[in-house]
Amino acid sequence: MMFATLLLTAAPAQAQEEDTASTIRGTLETIDNESRVPIGGVTITVSLDGVEVGTAVSGPDGDWEVQIPAAGSYDVELDVTTLPEGVSPTDPDRMALPDVAVRDGQNKSVRFNLGSGISSGISDLDRFLDLVVLGLKLGAIIALAAVGLSIVFGVTGLVNFAHGEFVTFGAVLAFFFHTADSGPGWGLIAAAIPAVLLTALFAGTQELTLWRPLRRRRTGSIAMLVISIGLSFAVRNVILIVLGGEPESYEDFVIQEPTSILGIDVVPKNLVIIGASVVILGGVGLFLRYTQAGIAVRAVADNKDLAESSGIDVNRVIMVAWLMGGVLAGLSGVFLGVSEKVEWNMGFRILLLIFAAVVLGGLGTAFGAMLGGFVIGLSVEVSTFWITTELKNGVALAILVAMLLWRPQGLLGTRERIG
Amino acid sequence: MDWANIFTDATVAAVGPVAAAYALSAIGLNLQFGYAGLLNFGHVAFMMAGAYGLAITVDAGGSFWLGLVVGVAAAMALGMLMGGPTLRLRADYLAIVTISAAEILRLLVRSSWAEPATNSVFGIQQFADPFFDLNPFDPTRRYAIGDFAFQGRVLWVMVVGWALVGAAVLLLHRLIRSPWGRMVRAVREDEDATAAVGKNTFFLKLQTLMIGGALAGIAGMILAVEKQSVSPDAFQPRLTFFLYVIVILGGAGTVWGPVFGAIVFQFLLFFFDGFMQSAEAEGWFGNAIDATDAQQFKLVLVGIGLMTLMILRPQGFFGRRDEQLIGDTT
Repeated sequence: MMFATLLLTAAPAQAQEEDTASTIRGTLETIDNESRVPIGGVTITVSLDGVEVGTAVSGPDGDWEVQIPAAGSYDVELDVTTLPEGVSPTDPDRMALPDVAVRDGQNKSVRFNLGSGISSGISDLDRFLDLVVLGLKLGAIIALAAVGLSIVFGVTGLVNFAHGEFVTFGAVLAFFFHTADSGPGWGLIAAAIPAVLLTALFAGTQELTLWRPLRRRRTGSIAMLVISIGLSFAVRNVILIVLGGEPESYEDFVIQEPTSILGIDVVPKNLVIIGASVVILGGVGLFLRYTQAGIAVRAVADNKDLAESSGIDVNRVIMVAWLMGGVLAGLSGVFLGVSEKVEWNMGFRILLLIFAAVVLGGLGTAFGAMLGGFVIGLSVEVSTFWITTELKNGVALAILVAMLLWRPQGLLGTRERIG
Repeated sequence: MDWANIFTDATVAAVGPVAAAYALSAIGLNLQFGYAGLLNFGHVAFMMAGAYGLAITVDAGGSFWLGLVVGVAAAMALGMLMGGPTLRLRADYLAIVTISAAEILRLLVRSSWAEPATNSVFGIQQFADPFFDLNPFDPTRRYAIGDFAFQGRVLWVMVVGWALVGAAVLLLHRLIRSPWGRMVRAVREDEDATAAVGKNTFFLKLQTLMIGGALAGIAGMILAVEKQSVSPDAFQPRLTFFLYVIVILGGAGTVWGPVFGAIVFQFLLFFFDGFMQSAEAEGWFGNAIDATDAQQFKLVLVGIGLMTLMILRPQGFFGRRDEQLIGDTT
């Protein structure tokens, strides 16, 4: 299944930036097991509101291209009768693709799957290893977001239900700087930097204008929790209004050829996500362990009053925690956007996994959150080896509940916290 | 702008069957959150359990009346499942488990795996005919007082719904003044002290969760019967947040608060929605906001409303500050 998406062929999106003419193009090939055979001589028709805009016949290398006059939403249809003997569609219902959105100057790649599809010929072991890689990636994404949630809980006692919105915020901002029509159209990596920084700014502003005044008023932690839920709901729906309900994707890194590492086929972007996350999480670990500011964070998490009386500026430490949480969650959002889609409720959906990770590792412990993130990510993805994908998030809930029954303080937590 | 029309629509919504279902569900949430201090953020799951318990039973060939029993039982069982692992722990854990469980349960009901029982996204229809057979009103007629008109069919659900709300208010009134109710409130105020005088606080909290869940289950059935349809996407997490606004608006820990809250909430929600939609239609916002956006603004308002109430007036309209754990300092 996974291979089907990986093998999508694409023309490089930035190839013809100055050229404002748009095209719809693609490469026709059959994919049976490992082999891929280009298919020529097949007619493809592009139409707009039922009016034919252009047709193309695929060349010997399988490539086809239709010039289109303007941006719009086109219907692309492959004429099944022109397929050569012995070549059949993988899914006959997917030979006419309605509403293919094309922007000005875009070379839109469209894929028709031919042949038996892919899944056969992949051994169980390979499939399992693929899932492990996906699990590590999801784990990295969860861990990045979970650390911030856990640290903020440690220093303020707030279980922030609006933390998932930082994830969405980061992903959506990167989408704006990178892909959105009204944005500057930077590369994804360049777009990620302001996106992450602005997420941190958002987190810091929240602390200054909302949470700090509430702490000063001595609002109870349960009241703060309810407030964070209200905030989460409001922010989520503002994002829905601004972004719209449809899932969006980044232009860069959408489609990549897998490379083979130790016999496992890995898409480079997944490797980058895992690698970058491990490095960053390691950095967070070193920061908490060895720098003065990091030790101060842990001191406040351990005992706020004692830390304060030994001269630590508690509010500053809390601010550090929020900013760090914002950066990490924003980055997690960009990674999640690369790996799936950018959607208004992506943060809420992953929040459930983040909670499971944080509880598993021990609420309030940064290292526990990292560990929990990877355990949850791996369990969720690897579980699809046996159960249907639709139920995979249920695995996280099952782990969460099992953990609460068996060891509610979490793997790395201490008993007194759960009281 | 047609203010009279917006006002009429909002008023009809405020007394309609949905408002009754919200009120009943909010009474259950109020028992859990307002009286016992339990942070149940998956209340919508209880409503879904009730609605699906009914629909699946009828779909599988059981009678409508058996379905009602199964629905309530399913909601109570869910309370036991969610409360069991969490109620011995600090309050946040219940919040985390309930909010996760509710959403995952919805995805489960929606999945192709559960399709044989739940019919996945399409849901189950036409399971409440025996209920409508008892309808004393003429289902084809419109009953109107001035501009406020209801179909006979809707009126029947509405009358039964509000009667159930009345019964629940009476039940809660009696419960809260009973020794059991005093213990529940004692758990909220100081769990350790209650445990120290020999009360089983875990069991008390579990009972509260299950009774509140049963009320929500009945509320879910009202929603399902009114539409003669259940589908997983009618039970989005947003419904839980609506109910929190209702409970806090009316005053958590008061008997009448949730009823008052539900009516006011529905009125404000529909009034604001009607206002936004006709403002959009008249071009007040230019191109900045389209019709879909205009509908979604009410949800932003719900979120902001929940925050503002919690910050400025956590005791709501009727609540007393000293009855209020959630506004207390800790």
